[in-house]
Amino acid sequence: MGLLAFFRRAQPTANVAKERLRIIVAQERTTRGGPDYLPTLRRELLEVIRKYINVDPDAVQMNLEKEDGHEVLEFTVALPEKSKA
Amino acid sequence: MAEIIVVTSGKGGVGKTTTSASVACGLARRGKKVAVIDFDIGLRNLDLIMGCERRVVYDFVNVIQGDCTLKQALIKDKRIDSLFVLAASQTRDKEALSMEGVRKVFDELIADGFEYIICDSPAGIEKGAHLAMYYADRAIVVVNPEVSSVRDSDRILGLLSSKTQKAEKGDGKVQEHLLLTRYSPRRVATGEMMSVGDVKEILGLDVIGVIPESPDVLSASNAGTPVILNEQSDVSKAYEDSVARLLGDTLPLRFLDEPKKGFLARMFGG
Ligand SMILES: Nc1ncnc2c1ncn2[C@@H]1O[C@H](COP(=O)(O)OP(=O)(O)OP(=O)(O)O)[C@@H](O)[C@H]1O
Ligand SMILES: [Mg+2]
Repeated sequence: MGLLAFFRRAQPTANVAKERLRIIVAQERTTRGGPDYLPTLRRELLEVIRKYINVDPDAVQMNLEKEDGHEVLEFTVALPEKSKA
Repeated sequence: MAEIIVVTSGKGGVGKTTTSASVACGLARRGKKVAVIDFDIGLRNLDLIMGCERRVVYDFVNVIQGDCTLKQALIKDKRIDSLFVLAASQTRDKEALSMEGVRKVFDELIADGFEYIICDSPAGIEKGAHLAMYYADRAIVVVNPEVSSVRDSDRILGLLSSKTQKAEKGDGKVQEHLLLTRYSPRRVATGEMMSVGDVKEILGLDVIGVIPESPDVLSASNAGTPVILNEQSDVSKAYEDSVARLLGDTLPLRFLDEPKKGFLARMFGG
C-alpha cells in the first residue's frame, strides 16, 4: 500500500455485503424448487396488501416448508411501526 | 471407481477454467488417470490454459457426432503422462451437445480406465452448464468473495440438488465443495472483502480450498502452463492443498493472512 492509498483507504464494506447476501440468499432459498407462480403470487399479494397498508416490498416474506408428505406455504407480513392507512 | 467432478459457478470469469486445469494436473501428478473436458461450446479456452491449443484436431462435439473416435480427440498432455484434454468445439450450435452423447463419452472414458473426469462448466445456468453438471458425482463450486458471485453460486447449489441425475433419480446427492478464489487477505483484513468465514456461513458449505489473488495466474495462462505447476507460487500450493483435500486429506487452510511487511514497505511499498 502506497502513502496515498494509506490515506484514501477503501471503505470497509464487507459486513454490508455479508448482511445483504444473508437476507437475499435466505429469501431465494425459501422459494427454490417451489412452483413457478410463487414470485407472481408474492407480487400480486403485495399489491393487494398495499391497498390497505403502506408496506415495503420486503415486508412480505414467503416461506415454503416441505415436511414429510405435505408442503406448507407461509406468508409473513411485517406491519409498519405505526400503520398509515 | 471413476469420479465425475464438475467445476461450476453460475457467474462468469470467476476462475473455473483456471481451477479445472490445476485440479486436473494436480490429480494426474498423483498418478491418477485424468480427463479434463471443456464444456464451454463456442468459447473454447481450456486448451489455451493447458497449453495444447495447437494440437486440437478433433473436439468434444466431433466425438459425439461420430466424426472421430474418442481416442483421436483426446489430447495427451506433454508434461504429465496420465493427463488428457478434450477440447470444446468452436461451433456456435449449442445444441450440438446432447445428454446421451455426453453419457456415451463418459462411459467410454470410464471403460478406458480413467479415474477422474473433470468437467469445466461454462458460465450461466443454461444448457451447457446443465450438461456439465448433470452426471456429476461431485461439484467444485468456484466463488469469488463478492456479492454477485456468492449469490450465483447459491443458485448453482440449488440446481445441483434438483437438476442432476443423482437428484432426479433419487440416487444420493452430488457432493458439493466450495472453492474460494481471487482471495485477498489484505483486503479481508481491512474489511473491504468478505472473509472465508463469511462466505462459508452464507452458503453453508465445506471449503475445499482458498486460492489467493495473484499475478502468477496471468503469467501461467500467458505461458499455457497450469498455475499449479509453478511450484514457487502460493497459488500452486493452495491448489495442491485443495487437490489433497479432494482426495480425502484434512489440511488446515493456508494463505488466509496477509504476509507481514515492515513499516517502510507498508508506507511506500506495493
Ligand atoms: N487466483 C487468481 N488470481 C488472479 N487472477 C485470477 C485468479 N484466478 C483466475 N484469475 C483470472 O480471472 C480470469 C478468469 O479466469 P477463468 O478463465 O479461469 O474463469 P472462468 O470462470 O473459467 O471464466 P468463464 O466463465 O468465462 O469460463 C482470468 O483472467 C484469470 O487469469
Ligand atoms: Mg472458463
